[in-house]
Amino acid sequence: MDLFIQQVLAGLANGAIYAGVALAVVMIYQAIDHFNFAQGEMAMFSTYIAWAMLNGGLPYWLAFVATVVVSFLGGLALERIVFKPIQNAPALSHVIVFIGLLAIFNSMAGFIWEFTIKPFPSPFPSAPLFGNTLIGTHQVGMIGVTLIMLALIWVFFRYTDTGLAMRAAAANPDSARLVGVRVGWMLALGWGLAAAIGAVAGMLIAPVVFLEPNMMAGILLYGFAGAIVGGANSPAGAVLGGFLVGVIENLLGTFVPWIGNELKLSVALVLIIVVLVVRPSGLMGQRVVSRV
Amino acid sequence: MANDAQARREPADVLHFAGLTLRQWRWLWLALGLATAAALPWTVSNFTVFQFTQVLVYAIAILGLNLLTGFNGQFSLGHSAFYAIGAYTAAILMFHLKVPYFWTLPLAGVICLFAGFLFGLPALRLEGLYLALATFALAVATPQLLKYKAVEHWTGGVQGLTLKKPSPPFDLPLSKDQWLYYFTLLVGLLLFWCAWNLVHSRTGRAIQAIRDNPIAARTMGINTAMYKSWTFGVSAFYTGVAGALGAIIIQFVAPDSFTFFLAVLFLVGSVVGGIVSIPGAIFGGIFVTFIPNISEELATQIPGVAEEAAKGLTWTVYGLFLILIIYVAPAGLAGLLRMLLPRFVRR
Amino acid sequence: MAALLEVAGLEAFYGQTQALHGIAFALEEGSLTTILGANGAGKTTTLRAICGMVRVRGEVRLLGERIDGRATEDVVRRGIAHVPEGRGTFVRLQVEENLRLGALTRRDRARIAEDFERVYHYFPRLKERRHQQAGTLSGGEQQMLAVARALMMRPRLMLLDEPSFGLAPLLTQELFGILARIKQDEKVSMLLVEQNAALALGLADHAYLLETGRVVMSGLAADIREDENVRKSYLGY
Repeated sequence: MDLFIQQVLAGLANGAIYAGVALAVVMIYQAIDHFNFAQGEMAMFSTYIAWAMLNGGLPYWLAFVATVVVSFLGGLALERIVFKPIQNAPALSHVIVFIGLLAIFNSMAGFIWEFTIKPFPSPFPSAPLFGNTLIGTHQVGMIGVTLIMLALIWVFFRYTDTGLAMRAAAANPDSARLVGVRVGWMLALGWGLAAAIGAVAGMLIAPVVFLEPNMMAGILLYGFAGAIVGGANSPAGAVLGGFLVGVIENLLGTFVPWIGNELKLSVALVLIIVVLVVRPSGLMGQRVVSRV
Repeated sequence: MANDAQARREPADVLHFAGLTLRQWRWLWLALGLATAAALPWTVSNFTVFQFTQVLVYAIAILGLNLLTGFNGQFSLGHSAFYAIGAYTAAILMFHLKVPYFWTLPLAGVICLFAGFLFGLPALRLEGLYLALATFALAVATPQLLKYKAVEHWTGGVQGLTLKKPSPPFDLPLSKDQWLYYFTLLVGLLLFWCAWNLVHSRTGRAIQAIRDNPIAARTMGINTAMYKSWTFGVSAFYTGVAGALGAIIIQFVAPDSFTFFLAVLFLVGSVVGGIVSIPGAIFGGIFVTFIPNISEELATQIPGVAEEAAKGLTWTVYGLFLILIIYVAPAGLAGLLRMLLPRFVRR
Repeated sequence: MAALLEVAGLEAFYGQTQALHGIAFALEEGSLTTILGANGAGKTTTLRAICGMVRVRGEVRLLGERIDGRATEDVVRRGIAHVPEGRGTFVRLQVEENLRLGALTRRDRARIAEDFERVYHYFPRLKERRHQQAGTLSGGEQQMLAVARALMMRPRLMLLDEPSFGLAPLLTQELFGILARIKQDEKVSMLLVEQNAALALGLADHAYLLETGRVVMSGLAADIREDENVRKSYLGY
């Protein structure tokens, strides 16, 4: 039983990572109706920017905020510069451009900051919380930050005009224009927010997995799995899905001997396919009927 | 009789350029291409021959992707997985069971055909974007699956398997590299010929009808599910045979050669050459094989750039090309040619 | 004084196909003008052309200012509310959120709350269902929601595209009754496109008749109603 609880807690800790990434995935999906395959590399690149600032002597929280702002602006610019010209292109073109960005961010990070693995500081104290060793302070902090982000996003979408306009623009761009919504800028805003959330996730993940250009490849897959399990158009679902994926992965790894540590990524693969085939709307997503 | 022949004349017979019809030009180019390909191993170093063998291998893999994405409209970011299955099938057969290398190709192909078909079955229910996601997951998970402890005895685990380089048969006066080149060229020609016939057959038209309008295709009585699954299978067959050839020419397989970036490499080749094109796959193969050299060469010209860092820039170049092509020539090099050609021809 | 809306030599294109061949009309402040015509005559296209939703040539002026060639959202922000064909409901949002979207571009925050009450006064059924998902409303309720959303913009001019489409006769009567009240109470001008010519002419001050992208007749609604040909072709008696 102790082992079980311990593994659930460890799963929640990992899940916090996935939940953060899943949240960023869903933000983009809501804004543009696409999965951004470059999301992981964008978060990684943001984390390198934070690392460079910390290395330059900036205090942690200042670097943190600056990175979030820079990432937001970067995401905004990316939409305006790269994606605006192809907004009416078929889905395949978008996927190809995502992959292009993925390759560019990955190799530019290596080019600028080299491929060596770097430690990244945690903002939370290293002393174990409540004197136990089941779950680290950083992990608890990560869960807290993820939940705060979720709450902020919920308030933003539910109660602000801009949030409402973003939802309208994503759901029905033609109608949104007819009530005066600047749809193009709403897309850009979605990109900015997703990049900012990704940056937060990246900075919280880096202390655990260490900073290197390929740190996000596997994690993005879990992020996708979390988003799919929770429902690709529900931020709350994404967070729930992220935690669930973390727990499932850990329990399977511990209690199913042939899975162990080695097949964890395949767990995500199987989860994605099974959920997509059996229940495409995920746990909390709304079913979307596609018209002919 | 004369009228019949007249009626059946296609544009390729009617359009002229410099006194020859387009069809004649096509044959001329094909003959020239084949002659160049045949003469190549006698004019360059063994290493360059090896590189061109690599071009052919990539071209076959990319052709598989083109059949799926270009002609049938299904996305795949996971073809590195089928390439890996092909490569490991060949390696295991040669290493453990001492099967001659040429026999591994059909086996690798058939295994991938069924693997692709099986993956295509659930994937049927996934439209565009979701299929991209599922295949992305497959590609990311592949290296870990290959390292799996329970099959380590067969796969060699993280270390992988090292193979022997095959010698030319019948005491042919060729170096090993030259022989592997000709062997790959023969296999490649056969596969390209089959793909050409497939695309221009009734089945091929059905496959493309499904891409263009799945609902109309279904109402015309095309069993879209079966066609899509089998196209996935055939696509995986091509990429799997390429994987087997890749293992044979490199004489080595290891899990970390089959990461997601290999799938991206195929995508780059496919997009650059032209997704809806058969000869485009060859342009694509040439592009992805030689761009790393060129970009490294160029990057090291920039003062203060170390050789190690320059290597990293290859992927930036790939990425820039991907985006650039979507902007200026979504149909790739082959499409560009097709677009420019009519400016120079007349009836 | 310049008319509220002035259209001159307006042509509209869908790709290579020309749908409007140089139409001209004007709309006085405070009036209700209707555009009649058969299917494919270019009625919907006229409304879409005013809002910058199709490629156009020619002039569209709002209070003397050129608005042709501007982006839809900019035209809308100048005070033109378009109730589109098919209602344009945000089906996944709540009824009240749909209405909030109508008021999105307004700066006079204080009066928005007041306008919610005003709109609910015209459409009490929307008030009952304000926390429901808009997609769960019936067709008639969605049409009312679309009109209500447009009212929330406090527009100078409302463009109404076949509000009776797909509604039961009784509902249509009810909706046109409400439109008549809105016309009387609010100082909003309306440009109404309708298949149901009798209803439209009953409500309108002026009318234009479109055939294959050209204006073939115009005048006071009362005169048009008396016209022999119109009576035979569009009113059916």
